[in-house]
Amino acid sequence: MNGIVYTRYELLRAFRSRRFLLFSLGFPLVLYFVIAGPQHNVHNFGGTGISAPLYYMVGLASFGTMLSMISSGARIAGERQAGWTRQLRITPLSVRAYFHAKVLTSYALAITSMALLYIAGVSLGVSLPAHTWLEMSGLILIGLVPFAALGITLGHLMNVDSIGPVTGGTVSLLAVVSGTWFPVSHGFLHDLGQCLPSYWLVQAGRISTHGHGWGTTGWLVVAGWTVVLVALAGFAYRRDTSRV
Amino acid sequence: MSSGIQIEGLSKSYRGPDGPVRAVRGIDVSIAVGETVALLGPNGAGKSTTIDVLLGLTRPDGGSASVFGRTPREAVDAGLVGGMLQTGDLIRDLSVKELITLMASLYPHPLDIDDVITLTGLEKTAGQRTQKLSGGQTQRVRFACALVSDSELLVLDEPTVAMDVEGRRDFWVTMRDYAARGKTVIFATHYLEEADANADRAVLMAHGRIVADGPTTEIKARVGTRTIRATLPEVDSSELATLAGVNTADRHGDAVILRCADSDLAIRALLERYSSLRDIEITGAGLEDAFLELTSDPDDDSDVQPTPPVQAAR
Repeated sequence: MNGIVYTRYELLRAFRSRRFLLFSLGFPLVLYFVIAGPQHNVHNFGGTGISAPLYYMVGLASFGTMLSMISSGARIAGERQAGWTRQLRITPLSVRAYFHAKVLTSYALAITSMALLYIAGVSLGVSLPAHTWLEMSGLILIGLVPFAALGITLGHLMNVDSIGPVTGGTVSLLAVVSGTWFPVSHGFLHDLGQCLPSYWLVQAGRISTHGHGWGTTGWLVVAGWTVVLVALAGFAYRRDTSRV
Repeated sequence: MSSGIQIEGLSKSYRGPDGPVRAVRGIDVSIAVGETVALLGPNGAGKSTTIDVLLGLTRPDGGSASVFGRTPREAVDAGLVGGMLQTGDLIRDLSVKELITLMASLYPHPLDIDDVITLTGLEKTAGQRTQKLSGGQTQRVRFACALVSDSELLVLDEPTVAMDVEGRRDFWVTMRDYAARGKTVIFATHYLEEADANADRAVLMAHGRIVADGPTTEIKARVGTRTIRATLPEVDSSELATLAGVNTADRHGDAVILRCADSDLAIRALLERYSSLRDIEITGAGLEDAFLELTSDPDDDSDVQPTPPVQAAR
C-alpha cells in the first residue's frame, strides 16, 4: 500500500486551493442564504409541510455534495493537461491507490460541504432529532458513490476547457430534475427524476420529513448507476492512459 | 532473458493530422546494467516514443522492450524505474519539499529527501509552493522527483531543455554521480556535446531508425567537422570515401556530399583527381550542423532499414 502519503497530500492540496474551495464549498452556502434566508419564516413550503430553511438545506446539501464529487473531475482534467497523470504513471503508485485518493478527497470535500450547510440550516432555525441527522447523512454519503465515479469519468474524458461547462451543466440539470430547487411531485420530470441517482440523493435528505428511506426502487437505482458509472470510469481511465 | 534493457524490432505508429506517423520503424538496442546511454537525434526522430515504450506509457505496435528482464510496466510497478518526462508541470498547492516527499513515498527505497534537495540545489526553494517557481527551478524540482526514486534505471527525456547554464552544469554533475553508483541511465538529447560529455555511448536516431550506435567518439568521427558539396557525376561514392580527409561520402543524383575530418586535404585530392568537379561548396559546419546533416536524410516510407554505409558494397 503505497498510497497513504499520496492520499494525505491530495487532501492537503484540495483544502489549500482557495479557488476550488470557494467554488465547491462556498457556492452552495451562498446560494442557501440567498434563497432560504428571506423565507426563513415560511413553515409550510409549497405545500410540502416542511419549512423553507429545511427544504433548501436538504436540497442544497445534495446539490453541494454532488458538486464536490463531480468537481474532482475538473482537478483530474487539470492534472492530465499539466502532464502530472503521466508522471504518476511512471511511478509504482497503483491505479487502485490513485482512485482511492481521488474518491477519498472528493468525500472529504462533500462531507465538509454537508456540514457547512447543516450549520447554516441550524442558524436559520432547522431542528431535527439526532437519529434523523445521522440517517440522512448516511444515505447522502451512499447516494454519492455514483457521483464519485462520474467525476473520475468526466475528468478522464474531458479536457480543461470543456470540463467546466459540462460539470456545471450536468449538476444544474440534475438538480432541477431531482427537485433541489422546487418540489417535483408528479408528471414527466418526476418520472424521469426517479431514474436518476441525484433524485435519490435529494430523497435521502427528505428522510428528515417523511421518516422513511429509499425503498427498493431507490436502492436499485443507486446501485444500478454505481455499477454503470464505475465501469465507465474504468473505461475512461484506460482509454485515456492507453493513448500515446 | 538477459538483464539490462533490451529493445527488439520495436515499431510504433500513431495518428497524426495527415494520417499515420511512423514514429519508430523497427529498432534494436541493447543496454547493459550500469551503462549511460544518450538517445541522440533531432525532433521527430523517435526518441520520445522509444522512451515512452521503455516507461510503459505506450505499447509498441511491433517488437518488444524489456527492462531488467521484465515488461516495462512490471519494472515501473516494482519501483525499478525513475523518469523525467520531456513536458509536464508540477502539481499546485504543495511545497517543493512536500512534492519530493510525495514522490519518495511511492518508491520502495528512496534517497533521503534532504540529500536530494541539496543535490539539486533546491535548499532555498524547498518551502515554496510549486506554482511560484521559475522555469529553471521547476526543472530542478522535476529532476529531484526522478532522482529521489533511487531507481536502478533513470530515464530522462531532454532533461536540460528549460535549464539555464548553471542549472545544466549542476544537473550533469549530479547525473554522473548517480550513474557512478552502478545505475543505468538513458537520456534523450539533441545536443551532441551533451551526449559526448555525459554518456558512455550514443544511439543516434533519425526518422524512427537508428543511424549510428557506438561510443560518442565514433559518432563524432563519422559526422566530421566540415562538409564539401559538389557536382561530380559518374564517380562511385565508395571511391570518394577513401580520399584523404574524407569520413563519409554520399551521393544524391549528380551531387556528392563529403563529410570531412580535414576538408583542406580532401579538396586538394578532389581537384587533383577529378577535373569534372564543379559547383564546389564547403560549409564550415559546426558539430551540431554536421550532426543534423547526417540525420536529415529524406524521409522514406520503406520498411527496409537502409544499408549502413560501411556495408554499401553491392
